[in-house]
Amino acid sequence: MSHPEHSDNVGAKLGMWLFLFTELLLFGGLFILYAVYLARYPHEFSAAGRELNVTFGATNTIVLLTSSLMAAMAVTSIKRGERGTTLALLAGTLGCAGIFMVIKYLEWTAKFHHGIYPGSPKLVAGPPGESVFFGLYYITTGLHGVHVIIGGAILSWIGARVKSGSINKGDNVALENGTLYWHLVDLVWIFIFPLYYLIL
Amino acid sequence: MSVAQSNKPVAASFWNDSGKKGIGSWIFSTDHKRIGLLYLYSVLGFFLVGVVLGLLLRIELMAPGRTIMGAATYNALFTVHGVVMIFLFIIPGIPASFGNLVMPIQIGARDVAFPKLNLFSWWLYAIGAVIVLTSLFSGGGAPDTGWTFYVPFSARTGTNVSLAVFGVFVLGFSSILTGINFVTTIHRLRAEGMNWGRLPLFVWSLYATAWVQILATPIIAITLVLVIAERVLGTGLFDPGRGGDPIMFQHLFWIYSHPAVYIMILPAMGVISEIIPVFSRKPIFGYKMIAFSSIAIAGAGSLVWGHHMYTSGMSDTAVMVFSFLTFIVAIPSAIKVFNWITTLYKGSISLEAPMLFALSFILLFSIGGLSGLILGAAGTDVHVHDTHFVVGHFHYVMFGGTGFAFFGAAHYWLPKFYGRRYREKPAIVGWALMFVGFNMTYWTMQVLGMRGMPRRYYDYLPEFANLNLVATVGSWILATGLIIVVVNLWRGLFWGEPFGVNPWNGATLEWTVATPPPTENFEEDPVVTHAPYDFNKGVGIP
Repeated sequence: MSHPEHSDNVGAKLGMWLFLFTELLLFGGLFILYAVYLARYPHEFSAAGRELNVTFGATNTIVLLTSSLMAAMAVTSIKRGERGTTLALLAGTLGCAGIFMVIKYLEWTAKFHHGIYPGSPKLVAGPPGESVFFGLYYITTGLHGVHVIIGGAILSWIGARVKSGSINKGDNVALENGTLYWHLVDLVWIFIFPLYYLIL
Repeated sequence: MSVAQSNKPVAASFWNDSGKKGIGSWIFSTDHKRIGLLYLYSVLGFFLVGVVLGLLLRIELMAPGRTIMGAATYNALFTVHGVVMIFLFIIPGIPASFGNLVMPIQIGARDVAFPKLNLFSWWLYAIGAVIVLTSLFSGGGAPDTGWTFYVPFSARTGTNVSLAVFGVFVLGFSSILTGINFVTTIHRLRAEGMNWGRLPLFVWSLYATAWVQILATPIIAITLVLVIAERVLGTGLFDPGRGGDPIMFQHLFWIYSHPAVYIMILPAMGVISEIIPVFSRKPIFGYKMIAFSSIAIAGAGSLVWGHHMYTSGMSDTAVMVFSFLTFIVAIPSAIKVFNWITTLYKGSISLEAPMLFALSFILLFSIGGLSGLILGAAGTDVHVHDTHFVVGHFHYVMFGGTGFAFFGAAHYWLPKFYGRRYREKPAIVGWALMFVGFNMTYWTMQVLGMRGMPRRYYDYLPEFANLNLVATVGSWILATGLIIVVVNLWRGLFWGEPFGVNPWNGATLEWTVATPPPTENFEEDPVVTHAPYDFNKGVGIP
């Protein structure tokens, strides 16, 4: 640790990429279930999928893509030494994360009001494929939402470090790794959105 | 520990050179050796808990009918025995303890790539362990599902499955982080001259293991999340009454849990690949093939999970494909066994304690591997599925394999890190008792299974009584051997004879550093000029 070569940016990024693989596989389990159950219940999935609100989903996709763009720009700006711009871009990313969660909240509560939530009487009484669809929907988007919150927390912590100067023009691998995580959050959503909102 | 420090032959080592003392200097240390020892004590502690539970199970099965416990207690005990042994002992057992202790030194590094993350992994392990243990004594009581947490029972039982499953989730996270750390370390921190063809085979095995940890563990994580959701939210994804499919749980569970047995066995094979050449005084035969077979096992082993599910009701096509793939995975395992045996051929064999454990590993693992083929072949598996044959097979590969390798590694490496050694004679007596008791216990189980005794019942038909008595007596002999081995190690490492820099004449880097090693391992960064088992050009031959 007192060894001078110990700050190894390539190693740090390698470790982050490996971690991102594990996150993809975590969601991968849910996508496997989606594939199997879609093949088993194509009609129920199609009917249930049309109950999702495409406007909400599309807005959230745009919001997340914008947030990812700003996160990527934050990396460029810290490398140019523009601390103020970096902080503004990170704040923008966090703002988008907030908007995403608010829209998600509205979407979920609307569904709850229609009696669609895991184990609800309506789903229990309805066709089995529909219950499976919404079970997967809530677990997948819920787990994704948890990742949005974790990503937001990571970016806030990184923003504080940018502000204090411990992440700067020369030493910014933590910011790069943090934004990589944010891109993962975005990437997973890019798969969730068409699978649940568009193709059915 | 203070006794050992008082008259250490070497003044400064990682035991004392940081100047810090007390428990805080251990549980907050980022030194890979201290973290390795933290893991060692933790896993050994849980191993002994698991052993006691196993002995209780055997006592219950000593005679037909109720012996010391009823069915419900028995269900809870075999579940806890499995969960403790699998998730708390054998998965972190060799990679996290000996891997942490030895691997960075073997590649010529001063520490792992992410020392703080390494400490965090141990903390996650400790937290996960506490959660699992809490689940045994709270809520609806200890889980009674078996360590596999199969739905639909695990979704419905009133016992404390949710908390136990959450604990396992946390343990999985710890395992993933260790894997990421090791892959990055092996890629980035090899010393000058330590190219991939000079990596010790233990490092190769850890590298393959780490990839399995990274790629397979997330699947169990999501599966466990789904079990909790099933119980808490009633999502119904595995509930046939609601359109879900319990077989999907089995697929997801075994997509992780079959590769997980390679997380358990690969590092053990790495240990054996270190011990065999050193105690044969001969370079390892087939270095490249042994290294390659570790990767091949990790790869092929990820495609065979379905052989746990031949009787689950999945399609016959799937059964045949998985059966075929299972035979494929036997090939790299056999490559290793043949290479070890060829290394022994015309070697100058020295039958010291580590070597005895290594040799018995080869025999016991081969028996377990061959009985594994009986289970891997779809036809014969249907006959012995869910019988004691499976229990016997599993203990041959996991205990006879990984367990014996764990104690081989302990006798081989621990003296290096304590600066003192155990006495040879009790070690051999303990090993012999373990070996005899082991075979009495688990060979008998295989026979019982062949004759049709099912697993996971506290009672059985009277015709199984004699063999069950034999197995139970065997378990006592095994436990006696274990106690001798552990006590002998304990006494020796703290109060035994001093241990030099390289008494075994090993040629890997850990035998070039001081005994015990200093905190950053090397006085100056080593430059590697020879292969790991090149004893002629070896370093430090006295």
